[in-house]
Amino acid sequence: MSDRHPLFIPLILVGGLIFGFGLGFSHMARPEVVLNFLQFDDLGLPFVMFGAAIVSGIAFWALPRIRDSAPLTGSRYERRLKPFDKNVLIGGAVFGVGWGLSGICPGAAYASLGVGNVTILWALAGMFIGAYIQGYARS
Amino acid sequence: MAAELFPNGISRYAVGGFLVGLGVVVIYIGTGIPAGASTFLESTLSYFSGQSRFQQYVSSRNWRVVFTLGIILGALAFAATVQSGLISTSLYEPGSTGTLYEFAGITLWTTSVQPWRLFVGGIFVGIGTRIGKGCTSGHGVCGVGSASKTSLAGVGTFLLVAIITAQIVAALGVSP
Repeated sequence: MSDRHPLFIPLILVGGLIFGFGLGFSHMARPEVVLNFLQFDDLGLPFVMFGAAIVSGIAFWALPRIRDSAPLTGSRYERRLKPFDKNVLIGGAVFGVGWGLSGICPGAAYASLGVGNVTILWALAGMFIGAYIQGYARS
Repeated sequence: MAAELFPNGISRYAVGGFLVGLGVVVIYIGTGIPAGASTFLESTLSYFSGQSRFQQYVSSRNWRVVFTLGIILGALAFAATVQSGLISTSLYEPGSTGTLYEFAGITLWTTSVQPWRLFVGGIFVGIGTRIGKGCTSGHGVCGVGSASKTSLAGVGTFLLVAIITAQIVAALGVSP
């Protein structure tokens, strides 16, 4: 950790700032707007998720063709595909129940705190408790 | 038809999505890391718990804290500029959800969704994203962007279950 490039942490911060600004601008930091999508009252949400996927997908595709490794870490630009197993479907379904009930997901919850939504601390507390329960059960 | 399906237009969603993607790209260019948001939950627990499940994230936990702080501060910057009216753009549709309030000269926002929904839903989100290996950013943005079949299966599953859940909750008369 100590041999990290001095710009590593500042770059993570800049990326997080842009990411969080985008979540605020898109209203994904508002659970009401996510629930409005899930109830088919406002179908804007896919423009956020798939729009972001397209932008990042272009970089994931192009960078390995431009250079071999990342300047700040030396890590190779490569697809890091998560292995598929039944946990992807089980976990996805459990996440879906939570997302459908609350209208909030982890990144949007952090951003929600940033736009002033103190009430979202209930969701963040729940997320940490949930993450702890599964970690305790699987350790 | 479009006004019914998109009562708030699409520009705020498209612009916001572009910025979310740009944030991922900035980090990926410099570090080669496709960053997701939910690992922060477990990596941060490693500061407080010796459980082996959390300890596997020790090497990444400090930058994940920085990433999350960035997300919070970026959203605050949005509140201080666009939400406060300091920057006005036709690409931004303010909508009418929740409650706006003023604090220290900044227009902030708070939700009307009931705390029990946020808390109970949050527990399911915390369990599910970690068992399912990712959330809306790790699977939905980075995974879909990588054309990962695993992530496409995860996204299809949580979208479908979330829609069913939200429709049932609404049908039971729970609002907001």
